[in-house]
Amino acid sequence: MFETLKHIGAYGMLMKRVLSKPERWKIYKVRIIDEMDKLGVSSLGLVILLSIFMGAVICLQTATNIDSPLIPMTLVGYATRESVILELAPTMLSLILAGKVGSSIASELGSMRVTEQIDALDIMGVNSASYLILPKLVSALVFFPFLIIISMVLGIFGGYIVSVGTGILETQDYIDGIHLDFKLYHVFYAMVKTLFFAAIITTVSAYYGYTVKGGSLEVGKNSTKGVVSSSILILVFNYLLTQIMLI
Amino acid sequence: MIELKGINKSFDGVQIIKDVSASFEKGKVTQIIGKSGSGKSVLTKCVVGLHEPDSGQIIYDGQNYSDMRGSERTEIRKSIGMLFQASALFDSLTVLQNVMFPLTMFTDQSKSEMEDRANECLRKVNIIDKGHLFPAETSGGMQKRIAIARAIAMEPKYLFADEPNSGLDPQTAIVIDNLIQEITSEYNTTTVVVTHDMNSVMEVADKIIFIHNGQKWWQGTKEELIRTDNTELQDFVYASKFMKRLRESLLSGS
Repeated sequence: MFETLKHIGAYGMLMKRVLSKPERWKIYKVRIIDEMDKLGVSSLGLVILLSIFMGAVICLQTATNIDSPLIPMTLVGYATRESVILELAPTMLSLILAGKVGSSIASELGSMRVTEQIDALDIMGVNSASYLILPKLVSALVFFPFLIIISMVLGIFGGYIVSVGTGILETQDYIDGIHLDFKLYHVFYAMVKTLFFAAIITTVSAYYGYTVKGGSLEVGKNSTKGVVSSSILILVFNYLLTQIMLI
Repeated sequence: MIELKGINKSFDGVQIIKDVSASFEKGKVTQIIGKSGSGKSVLTKCVVGLHEPDSGQIIYDGQNYSDMRGSERTEIRKSIGMLFQASALFDSLTVLQNVMFPLTMFTDQSKSEMEDRANECLRKVNIIDKGHLFPAETSGGMQKRIAIARAIAMEPKYLFADEPNSGLDPQTAIVIDNLIQEITSEYNTTTVVVTHDMNSVMEVADKIIFIHNGQKWWQGTKEELIRTDNTELQDFVYASKFMKRLRESLLSGS
């Protein structure tokens, strides 16, 4: 318990430094673009692949589980759309990004810490926390919502491919289903969740990387801790935000 | 000039630095020597502000660094150049970008002006036409020289080096020592070098401080070091039979 409180306090102190006024906006702009490429664009392939298959599997499972002729097949499109928008795209994908992006952030900063590169920045008078972490946070906050929107579209498209390719349901039923009772608020809810998750993934992983003490072994350990903690926090915040926003 | 007054530092209840007072003069190279774990690197990190001392004062040219916070401290740090044991070059930047880094952060120079200054610093450390390489593509000795180029880019008033010769062959180590000495004379810097390389001490030290068990045990010049009768210092400096024989021959004048 004491250890957890210590981590929360140290995390808060680090965030205070991260969110302090940057020395040079010009340099930060360049770094934000670099980070968007490193954290966002490089994840695009994985997002595309996962989303299509997630949508396809949801569509298949829903279609094969409808036995009663009283249940309209439009429900398959509706269920696929709702599952993808409400949960699979924002939460599942964020958990996967916590693994990919989070471990990359923690190990990058951890390596910089053990090779004294962070000390070198501090000695020069650079706010190393802000210089290294703020561009990652901003780029994730800007880019992750795009990734999630792409994931939503492709997830629904994955279901469409199943409907066309397998003939398990009429394509028109699937299309009617995805139009059925569409609530824009659900997309807004997913975007809010994504912003929270983006902040959790970048800052929690960065905290574990930035505070590494020791050598390469500790970099690996802290990288794992970063991913595990981010994933747990994503699940907790997913529940809390759902309770606040949907009920 | 940098003055230390009664510096104490503990980690997890273990006192590493015990009431150290010392001064580092401008335009001179002060070398801090001592066994591994004696506290010399911790002391240096306290002086540059990477560790906060538990008590004591650090005074940079009359300004109390220990009492400073935020922007005041940043101003002092901009005039500090530091060489780290592992060079601490930024992996993601090229050699030229590494040297330009402090200029891009703290000056309003144009890109071409910064490149000119970075190339000038690289020429000073005898690195020519390597600016496009990444640090991982260069040798250990070259990385140390690039780190020196980066440290002098802002024309520092204070230069710190933490074991700058570790992992280098004797010839390359002498090149690094001579560069540190040249920079100290040219920029009139207050230079502090942490080392256990006695060749380096004999080559460039104007003043030597011996740290033993976290305390300032001895200070003096190279000549005084040869004649010292301090047992702990003798054990450290003349650890090998060869060094013991060398000392005897120096003292006997043969």
